[in-house]
Amino acid sequence: MAAVVADARYSRRRHTNFVATALSIGAAGFGLTWLLLILVVLVVKGVGGLNLAVFTEMTPPPGSAGGLLNPIIGSLILTVLAVAFGTPLGILAGTYMAEYGRYANLTMVVRFINDILLSAPSIVIGLFVYEIMVARMGHFSAWAGAVALAILVIPVVVRTTEDMLLLVPNTLREASTALGVPRWLVIRDVAYRAARAGITTGVLLAIARITGETAPLLFTALNNQFFSWNLNAPMASLPVVIFQFALSPYSEWQQLAWTGALIITAAVLGLSILARVLASKKVLT
Amino acid sequence: MTFAIQTDVKEQTPTAAEGLEEKVAVRRLNFYYGGYRALADINVNLFQNKVTAFIGPSGCGKSTLLRILNRIYDLYPNQRADGEVLLDGENILTPKQDVNLLRAKVGMVFQKPTPFPMTIYENVAFGVRLYEQLSKADLDARVEDALRRGAIWDEVKDKLDASGLSLSGGQQQRLCIARTVAIKPEVILLDEPCSALDPISTAKIEELIDVLKRDYTIAIVTHNMQQAARTSDYTAFMYLGELVEFDNTTRIFTNPKMERTQDYITGRFG
Repeated sequence: MAAVVADARYSRRRHTNFVATALSIGAAGFGLTWLLLILVVLVVKGVGGLNLAVFTEMTPPPGSAGGLLNPIIGSLILTVLAVAFGTPLGILAGTYMAEYGRYANLTMVVRFINDILLSAPSIVIGLFVYEIMVARMGHFSAWAGAVALAILVIPVVVRTTEDMLLLVPNTLREASTALGVPRWLVIRDVAYRAARAGITTGVLLAIARITGETAPLLFTALNNQFFSWNLNAPMASLPVVIFQFALSPYSEWQQLAWTGALIITAAVLGLSILARVLASKKVLT
Repeated sequence: MTFAIQTDVKEQTPTAAEGLEEKVAVRRLNFYYGGYRALADINVNLFQNKVTAFIGPSGCGKSTLLRILNRIYDLYPNQRADGEVLLDGENILTPKQDVNLLRAKVGMVFQKPTPFPMTIYENVAFGVRLYEQLSKADLDARVEDALRRGAIWDEVKDKLDASGLSLSGGQQQRLCIARTVAIKPEVILLDEPCSALDPISTAKIEELIDVLKRDYTIAIVTHNMQQAARTSDYTAFMYLGELVEFDNTTRIFTNPKMERTQDYITGRFG
């Protein structure tokens, strides 16, 4: 009965395995601890200020109570506009790259530039839009803010659209083409349908990305103490208000900054979960 | 001009002897993947309402040949055909050929079942709507007829709104056949339609081929020699991009003229 003998080599392997496992778990734990701490502090400090007034009242002058209605609405308007500009452009560009121009040199160039844009610091985008819009128009505006955010949306959507369309098996395109379906209908009715969940996920991730952006808005939409629907005027947004209030010496403002941060985090968390759920549902043949 | 070529080729093919009508005539066809010549000087016919099987070892060009007949290769740059493919006497390889109309006439079923990510009903109705404006009732009737011809109606009639992806592999393949039949093609190309299926589904599809040939001209690529013998009227044996022998199926399997054909069907190589 000479089975495996627990010799020196075997026990050394077991020790190595134990050490490697412990290091991996430790590293994961280290990373998660900070994340958890941030979330706990955010919830503890933010929840206290969470009340109805936050969603119904304007940002207050120093020293008095108020809410975050104007920055919440401002953030919603800016996000909706940015997505409305950026998504169609991004999806169309991604469609060109994956479908019509899959073998074209232009696609390689666009992909390269898009990857650079994807990792460009957002403050650079803010300065760029400041130059082309704010400086020329002579004032800050919601339009400029929306354009800056749209420029952040585009590369994310381009990338996910292209990737998701490339995942659609070619056999599916061939099968529909073989029925006599013209190219644009193959794309619209078959490829988009097969990639729908993935493309939607990309858009949601893009929204999650711009929701917390501060730097590009500082140079473009700036801020507004008052409620405003005017897209030609400066507009308040949650990240900029948080930035301003958190740096202020007034305790009411600081409390609102914590609460605003909690609201943004919750929104991004919600979007990410939604994106995950949609991505896990994606069906490909 | 094409007439002269046809008479020339008739001496080598069974057309003259058996008085058959050529639905598709392939003449001096070459095909290139970039610089690589995958098919060399192919001459072969698909006869009206007959099943023609293409056999030969992997890479011999059977599927490539099929993919020329509906010009699906057009999807890819660097793929090029020269020579002639005559459908009812008209060369379909000319640039003025409308490829979408061609594909509506020459349907294709692929090796892997490829249901679209839509309901079973929509899978069939999708192609029909492109070419015909039918009332809801007429479209329903057309879908039912196609699913019956695909021998799958009884299995799906109660769940037409279910996703095409929810069916089993064999059912998906019959759905794909139904989808192809629904647009009333004249020729149906089957590219190894049973290679991903179990024996029961395979038997169903073979029965189906027998029924379909009453109304359509059929070409089938297969690796299964018994399947070729069972389902086809004519068989073409291909090897290394060339057509070695094309004849009536019984003759190919009992008394082939070429030694290479003999070797292949008896399993000595390939």
